[in-house]
Amino acid sequence: MNRFAHFSAVRWWGIVRKEFLQLRRDRLTFAMIVGIPLIQMALFGYAINTDPKHLPTALITADRSEFTRSFVAALGASGYFDIRQTLPDEAAGRRALARGQVLFVLDIPAGFTRELVTGRHPSLLMEADATDPVAVATALGALQGITQSALRKDLTGPLAPLGQKPAAFDVQVHRLYNPEGDSQYNVVPGLMGVILTMTMVIMTGLAITRERERGTMENLLATPVLPIEVTTGKIIPYVAIGLFQATIIVFASRYLFGVPIAGSLVLLYGAALLFIAATLAVGIMLSSIAQNQLQAVQLSFFYFLPNILLSGFMFPFFGMPGWAQTLGNLLPLTYFNRLVRAILLKGAGFSDIWPQVWPMLIFMGVVMAVAVRFYRRTLD
Amino acid sequence: MNSPPGTMQPASSLAQGAATPAIDVHGLNKHFGDKHVVRDVSLRVERGEIFGFLGPNGSGKTTCIRMLCGLLTPDSGSGTCLGADLLTESARIKRQVGYMTQRFSYWEDLTIRENLDFVARMYQMGGRAEAVERALEGLGLQDRAGQLAGTLSGGWKQRLALAAALLHQPQLLLLDEPTAGVDPSARRDFWEELHRLAAQGISVLVSTHYMDEAERCHKLAYIAWGTLLAQGTAAQIIASLGLATWSVSGSNPPSDISAALRGAPGVAQTVVFGTALQVSGTDEVALGATLGKLGRDQPALRIERIDTRLEDAFIYLMSHARDPAAQSAAA
Repeated sequence: MNRFAHFSAVRWWGIVRKEFLQLRRDRLTFAMIVGIPLIQMALFGYAINTDPKHLPTALITADRSEFTRSFVAALGASGYFDIRQTLPDEAAGRRALARGQVLFVLDIPAGFTRELVTGRHPSLLMEADATDPVAVATALGALQGITQSALRKDLTGPLAPLGQKPAAFDVQVHRLYNPEGDSQYNVVPGLMGVILTMTMVIMTGLAITRERERGTMENLLATPVLPIEVTTGKIIPYVAIGLFQATIIVFASRYLFGVPIAGSLVLLYGAALLFIAATLAVGIMLSSIAQNQLQAVQLSFFYFLPNILLSGFMFPFFGMPGWAQTLGNLLPLTYFNRLVRAILLKGAGFSDIWPQVWPMLIFMGVVMAVAVRFYRRTLD
Repeated sequence: MNSPPGTMQPASSLAQGAATPAIDVHGLNKHFGDKHVVRDVSLRVERGEIFGFLGPNGSGKTTCIRMLCGLLTPDSGSGTCLGADLLTESARIKRQVGYMTQRFSYWEDLTIRENLDFVARMYQMGGRAEAVERALEGLGLQDRAGQLAGTLSGGWKQRLALAAALLHQPQLLLLDEPTAGVDPSARRDFWEELHRLAAQGISVLVSTHYMDEAERCHKLAYIAWGTLLAQGTAAQIIASLGLATWSVSGSNPPSDISAALRGAPGVAQTVVFGTALQVSGTDEVALGATLGKLGRDQPALRIERIDTRLEDAFIYLMSHARDPAAQSAAA
């Protein structure tokens, strides 16, 4: 076999054309192409919130005064705590927590006010359902600030010394790129990579195994077409689909979720193109390994899960232990998530994103080489 | 279209045709796991010859054909296809060979025209549109060119597959049971087409289960358990077995005599053929004696010597060849 047979543009275009024609007739796939990004955007964009507010809270008040009322009002005003009910005692509070009716129980002990005004530094008890640390973390974090500010207006005159004195110095926090801390700014751009990973890997994964399953592979292999022509030719229509999906997502994130586009759209599309190519190479590789369409889908899911969990889409990347970060650094989605967020939110330019670009280039090269290597030229 | 040395050039391949056979392979072997599916198969097909490939299901016919067109790599063996080396020049072979798979393997979700056009592109054909139109015309499918291939009936799918395999004007056609499931008149048309092609100098290797088709081939090979048992013209194969055959008729039903003759001296096989029983054996003298005795016992029977037919020869080959795996275990 002449291993260095010439690449033929005619054959390559023949493959591309055929894939487009077949795709056009496959209505379900076509519906998936448009439907998946829209549904997932709407679903996850609106649903995922890393800054949960209005968490159900119960009160146990054994002491009522101006001070406790101020504090409870301040809790409600913070937006984090939603005071739903008042419970008679601590046992009732525990029950409500155990049943999941509330996430927080605030226990104001008897004699709280007397101890407060006599300067004995009393305590309030805030019991939280910490089974899900993320759910309660932000609310608990806000608690400190609420305590400090709540009583300030009440502790005046002779009680003023009880108010907290300001620290010797101040730390100014500047929330850059997302001053409101809007989690959609983070989630929606991240969805672009997730949606592309899922649709691209599965669709190309099916592309070659389908030929094998329907018996048309035998026909294809009997022609002089080269593996590189088949694999790259099959990718092209999906590149177009990927860019189309990316466009839907950019539109939705701008006009549905109001995520700003701070950087260059050209750069964003360039990054998307690179990511799509890398992901398609994975799909082609998986389909070269899989024997049938079912296996291809199963392999796609094995690839999909670590991408979602380790890429920094769902959980903070730098919160993971070192080995998990290393694993995450092997996945193109990790780099793409950083790229998209950098371009959309931070307005990053090409020199800023280069550190995320070259790993994706290497990834694509390696995977494509494996795919072409494993593409079976024969039926052996 | 670029034509590097070795691609099909009608003039040069005609010149080549005189020199080299279409297929000339020796000692081909193929294993799938620990199953030895093709054993030391050697084939020689001359240019312009229709070569019939026969054998029971699972005997290795498809595997042989796939090795010839480069879809499978032989474990051992050597040879040439159209003058190109089987092992090292499969790209060259693919360009000059038309292969028709056992199962329809064109794209059912493409139209007839799109399928032909795709094939033309795969072979980098010049004048693609004309070639496709010509093929459609030859098929008589111009009006239905926009129809999806998946909606065609079995007979039409087979004709489309042949037209597609011929599109790039191959010098050698490899046809794997092309007429399975096709009605008799379509089969007859198909074979007329094959003979027309052979007359133009195209070589054809065709596997089949039909005896009438086998008789239409110039030469035949019979394969069982991966081993080639006989090769040559129909007359040569029949003669090589040395079978003598008698027809016994006049008994109703013929299976009664069949039971009586089984195991009698000289009787190798009995085949019921309509109202007659055909009895064959390699020991002409012993068989003649057995039948003579039968004639004396049952004077109503008509017993006459007839020519051994190809079918008798193949039945004899199949029943007397043993699975070599079992044979070697016994030895």
